[in-house]
Amino acid sequence: MNSAILIPLIPLLGFLLNGLIGHRLPRFIVNLIACSTIATSFLLSCIWFIRVLESPENRIDLFFGQWFQVGNLNIPLGFVLDALSSVMLLVITGIGLLIHIYSVGYMHHEKGTSRYFAYLNLFVFFMTLLVLSSSLPLLFVGWEGVGLCSYLLIGYYYQTDEAPRAGLKAFLYNRVGDVGVLIGMMTLFAVFKTLTLSDLLKQIPQLGVETHFGLITLATLMLFIGCTGKSAQIPLYLWLPDAMAGPTPVSALIHAATMVTSGVYLICRLAPLFSLTPITLNLIAWIGVATALFAATMALFQRDIKKVLAYSTVSQLGFMFLGLGVSGFSAGFFHVFTHAWFKALLFLGAGSVILALHHEQDLFEMGGLRKKLPITFFTMLIGALCLMGFPGTSGFASKDEILYLAYLHSPALWSFGVLAALCTAFYITRLMVLVFAGKPRHLERFSHAHESPQWMTVPLILLSLGSLLSVVIGWPESFGGHNTIATWLASAFTFGQNVQPEAHSSDHTLALQLAFLSTTLSLISAGVAWRLYSGGLIWEKRFEQKYSRTYQMIREKYFVDQGVKALIVTPFFVMGKVFWKLGDVIVIDGIGVNLPGAITRLIGDLGSHLQTGRLRNYTLFSMLGLLGLLILLFAGRA
Amino acid sequence: MAFLLAETNFALTGLIVLPLMVGMCLVLLPWYRSVKAAKFFGLGFSLLIFLYGLLLILPIRTIGSIIESRSWFTLANISVNYVLVLDGLNLWLIQLTTLLFPLALLASWRNIKEKEPIFFGLFLILESSILGALLAQDLLLFYIFWEVMLIPMFFLIGIWGGSERKYAASKFILYTLAGSLVWLLSLIFLANLAGSFNPTLLSLAAKNQSIHIQQMLFLSFVLAFAIKVPLFPFHTWLPDAHVQAPTAGSAILAGILLKLGGYGLLRFAIPMFPEIALSMSRALSILSVIAILYGAWVAFVQEDMKKLVAYSSVSHMGFVILGIFSFTLIGLQGSMLQMLNHGVSTSALFFLVGMIYDRAHTRNIADFSGIALRLPILTTLFFIVVLSSIGLPLTNGFIGEFLILNGTFTSTLQWGPILAMVASLGVVLSAAYLLWMFKRIFWGSYDNPAAKGNIYLAKDLTWREGLVLLPLIILIFWMGIHPQTFMIDSELIMKSIVTQIIPSIPISSGVNP
Repeated sequence: MNSAILIPLIPLLGFLLNGLIGHRLPRFIVNLIACSTIATSFLLSCIWFIRVLESPENRIDLFFGQWFQVGNLNIPLGFVLDALSSVMLLVITGIGLLIHIYSVGYMHHEKGTSRYFAYLNLFVFFMTLLVLSSSLPLLFVGWEGVGLCSYLLIGYYYQTDEAPRAGLKAFLYNRVGDVGVLIGMMTLFAVFKTLTLSDLLKQIPQLGVETHFGLITLATLMLFIGCTGKSAQIPLYLWLPDAMAGPTPVSALIHAATMVTSGVYLICRLAPLFSLTPITLNLIAWIGVATALFAATMALFQRDIKKVLAYSTVSQLGFMFLGLGVSGFSAGFFHVFTHAWFKALLFLGAGSVILALHHEQDLFEMGGLRKKLPITFFTMLIGALCLMGFPGTSGFASKDEILYLAYLHSPALWSFGVLAALCTAFYITRLMVLVFAGKPRHLERFSHAHESPQWMTVPLILLSLGSLLSVVIGWPESFGGHNTIATWLASAFTFGQNVQPEAHSSDHTLALQLAFLSTTLSLISAGVAWRLYSGGLIWEKRFEQKYSRTYQMIREKYFVDQGVKALIVTPFFVMGKVFWKLGDVIVIDGIGVNLPGAITRLIGDLGSHLQTGRLRNYTLFSMLGLLGLLILLFAGRA
Repeated sequence: MAFLLAETNFALTGLIVLPLMVGMCLVLLPWYRSVKAAKFFGLGFSLLIFLYGLLLILPIRTIGSIIESRSWFTLANISVNYVLVLDGLNLWLIQLTTLLFPLALLASWRNIKEKEPIFFGLFLILESSILGALLAQDLLLFYIFWEVMLIPMFFLIGIWGGSERKYAASKFILYTLAGSLVWLLSLIFLANLAGSFNPTLLSLAAKNQSIHIQQMLFLSFVLAFAIKVPLFPFHTWLPDAHVQAPTAGSAILAGILLKLGGYGLLRFAIPMFPEIALSMSRALSILSVIAILYGAWVAFVQEDMKKLVAYSSVSHMGFVILGIFSFTLIGLQGSMLQMLNHGVSTSALFFLVGMIYDRAHTRNIADFSGIALRLPILTTLFFIVVLSSIGLPLTNGFIGEFLILNGTFTSTLQWGPILAMVASLGVVLSAAYLLWMFKRIFWGSYDNPAAKGNIYLAKDLTWREGLVLLPLIILIFWMGIHPQTFMIDSELIMKSIVTQIIPSIPISSGVNP
């Protein structure tokens, strides 16, 4: 046994402790258990990260035993530690630790937080398991497990109306995706006769690229459906905005930094497989860019600060998938890495604002908080700059690399991507201006506002440092950088095999020109937003009056939720009633069961009339019977 | 000691006779002065029977099977034998049976308020007949136990059931009887040819008949078993029986009785008619997929918790039949595990619903709201069982469904992949109806004025109730984390079923890259 298995197990221990006896423990012990378990996991992750760095092929396989085995279906309990999983581990446990610490401050005023911390630890258990697994079924354990924790944490305020509904919605949308993963696994098993990653990817070099729609395309498409569920892409993105009903640190950890990126992780994990199917890759690119643009427009006029960030997450995930779809696996994954920092930062900043205003989430009720919340303001500013891809920031490095690769694939993809980037710059500037600049629009809340405690500001500062520094390891080669992470990740994407899934770029001038163009446009867009909103809400009100229909449509998220309800949920419910009342009660039970019963009873009733109790009737019957017998007897003889 | 027991020639008979004797004592002796003693007597012996059953695991692991065979009587040249077999196919179903009975009795400790000794006695007689059916290897013996099972269940529903108990009890008994009578006819037909009720001889006799007659014979077997499972469209007795039955009755009905249908297919119908089974596998797989989706869909709109769980059984048992007719080792093993899974999680669900009903005297979902606030332990356990029922990984439900779907996908059936893909939608539906029910009952505002049942829910789980659920919760995780314990014993038998079926298939692998 070695210490890698403790990376998931220690958070599990934390979950058990806090879940079983946490409600009897004093608050500081609950907090201590929650944070120290994650801290231990983080330390172990660092140790293993270094071990992976030092290992000859940057890859360590661990085997702990057999999970289950039936016939030729053989599922080991094992971990794969390589560039991909160890970086992801650092993100999960590192950012996870900061968010746990932040939560201590954020949940300070609530009662009975042991349940909250137990769920949070359980989430880290499942998430690390997902990342470390060496076989798909074990990965699926983590995959469904994080969905469960997400459900529990979204529904944390279970006495409200909104939270349970949002939790259920999230779980079901994820479940639809999970069925895709299940079918994907079945298809892969039928093709490769194994579900262990290394055995599966070993067979890849023998297979040619599948240009028509075959089994590998089916498998990858199904896995991608799973990714659209977990990573909130079209068509399964609808749950993520509602998921904001959970506590804000949860939104930061699960619905921005880690869980929602597991779809990207899954595709990266199976990069050699996906690069066999141009059909799927193409679809991934287009779904990605469509989601990026669509979600970015929906973020434009949201009033709820968390909703803006939620749509922003959906949109940024779209960018990641765009990167994967154009075979830029390391670019896509690098965006996971940078996004985890700055989006967690933005969410936690939003949490700090919300707490300062006593749970006010409406942007229209904020304003002028720059002086009141200086640390929150500066750290969020860094996050916002990263998000809009300000030159030199991490967001710039990762996003513009993706856009450049997209351009090489198809200029149309690039142009939609740039449009999405313009919207991004616009909505994040709008958010910052409405929160921090101008005059306060709700004086009472404003006057009570004060900077958050150190439990919360220290994680904010650390996250903003992370956001700034994460650029160092991945400055793209096309911008003249060294891109340490990409070269390092390459070993993970080939999985020790002689395949070349990565797209390569060499035209530095073109890359710089494109980046210059898109960044300039974004900055202009940000400038416009600043100008428009520096006067408070005047412009938006005017826009609403002038183009009320467009405004309403964007505000109501293009009525997709209502459409799903009218076209899927309600008909589903009605059909269920029809099956029940018509199929079961009338057809099967009525005609099939009770009707024969009724006929039997009828015959019995009729027959009972013969039982008159009069002797002469019975004599008559027996005489008739005798007559009949005699006739039969003689007829037979004749 | 275990081995000594296995070497005697009455180890299996003892397993049937012991509960029968105890049950008879409870029913016939005048216990009215000491009702409590009667309860302890019944519970104590049912626990003893559970331990007795556990003793048999080790011998099976080492020697493979225990067989008891005696000639019984000869009737018109047909020799009837008393043959009992314990092997990997029924080992864990028997463990499940002997485990669920003490739990069922413990769950009925307080909520049965009249004729308790007879109630407990009937339960032990029921246990005896179920164990008999699971052990019998001679088909007449099996048939007898099969029908005897109905009688105690009929009384349990008819006497201690809900307001519609008479309709439900007679529907239950007539429905199942009707199905098995056709089966009895074909048994007699075959026995006349073979001169015995031995399944191997019957199967040989059947082989001389025309394909058409073989098909009719096989279908008569399938009809009897499909009603028990119950497979769509023979399922409508189940919701009525469940809703009317007392909690313990529902738990046993769903937990064990339904499994006998699947067991009968595996033990008799398929090994006896391998070619016919293969030729009909597609039709039956389609019916199972319909059952999975239809059961889930109808469960979705139920307003009564028990009815919802009953329809969920239709859906979950559909998976069992789907796996059986995939005729792959993976699918068959998955079905085996799924039968155990369903036994554990559905009986746990019925116990939990019963615990809510005991407090509030209503099972209407709309009568509750936000009760997680007052009943945290019950809520947690309910949630764990729900997770197991929707097949979340690390609970038992997942492995079963995963194996069944995989087996179906890779099976040589022509439509295997499509059936597997359609069936996997059941995974979404089960999450939809169970979590939606969970949300409506346990989440939301506790002070919702529409929730009439809330005020009665003052008390969380008692120790006794916890004791009922604890073994099942442990099993849920044990089977999910280390399923091998429950699968290794049946592997050999399942392999032999597959090899029995496979030679008759032209060799062409269904799915290839």
